[in-house]
Amino acid sequence: MPDPGDSRVQPGELERRLIVATQAGLPLSARPYHVLAEAIGTTAADVQQCLLKMMQSGIIRRIGAVPNHYAIGYRANGMTVWDVSDDQIDELGDRVGALDFVSHCYRRPRQLPDWPYNLFAMVHAASRDEVETKAGKISALLGTACSARDILYSTRLLKKTGLRISP
Amino acid sequence: MREADTPDAVIDPVDREIINALHGGFPLTDRPYRDAAENLGLTEDELIRRLESMLERRVLTRFGPLFQIERIGGAFVLAALKVPETDFERVNAVVNAFPEVAHNYRREHALNMWFVLATETPDGIAQAISRIETATGMPVYAFPKEREYFVELNLRA
Repeated sequence: MPDPGDSRVQPGELERRLIVATQAGLPLSARPYHVLAEAIGTTAADVQQCLLKMMQSGIIRRIGAVPNHYAIGYRANGMTVWDVSDDQIDELGDRVGALDFVSHCYRRPRQLPDWPYNLFAMVHAASRDEVETKAGKISALLGTACSARDILYSTRLLKKTGLRISP
Repeated sequence: MREADTPDAVIDPVDREIINALHGGFPLTDRPYRDAAENLGLTEDELIRRLESMLERRVLTRFGPLFQIERIGGAFVLAALKVPETDFERVNAVVNAFPEVAHNYRREHALNMWFVLATETPDGIAQAISRIETATGMPVYAFPKEREYFVELNLRA
């Protein structure tokens, strides 16, 4: 899978102002793009065009609702972490990432001796039992390439604001 | 055991349908709420009111564009702290006060505080880490992603 950092684009002044104006969310009024246009001193057509361009270039992943997982029934959130041999992690990481219950999957550095894990796969489910079952499938897939594992359950959402850049 | 800050929110089938239908693809039209509402069999006002209510009840954490800051030269980094239980609330307040902290979860592990730093430049990450270490008096464990295998599952409500 291509690294998203491969294709960087320089945001223009309008893009930047739009990011700042929408990072807390889209205005909840009948004409949100007009409200934004007024706030940043341009036209609604320019705002729409600019948002479209940012979606095409990947600066915007999507425009829509970001649900709180717990509120929509995914009560158990387990960050499953695995110590996978370096020569097999990329092949296996792609396969773990392709599992339909894994929402995010990354290779990250170990922090020895405290932290031997280099593969992180986020699993959301209705219960911890269900997370364990799903982690079992990951474990089976990794086989002998994996020498240690853990599941870190979240017990409290401390903050969730998303990106904040200063104006 | 009580799971992460469960909101006492109740969502009805209409809320559920809105969440699933508006995962992405919000229209870039002059009256986008009206256009989206039409597909859901709702009025523009109803859709706006329901979104407002879901944001208020924290069923939704946001409604709007999701940015990939890496594409414009910025950076996201996962980081963790090993916080003594007796000091947890103080450290939580200190860490959350940093605008670079995009989200933060308490997890069951010796490394019990996990947060994501989002900054406009890669340098911003190192600076934020160093300021958090100074403010908390604790070492920050940084876990920058080395490779992305998959991201962003559309969880059905």
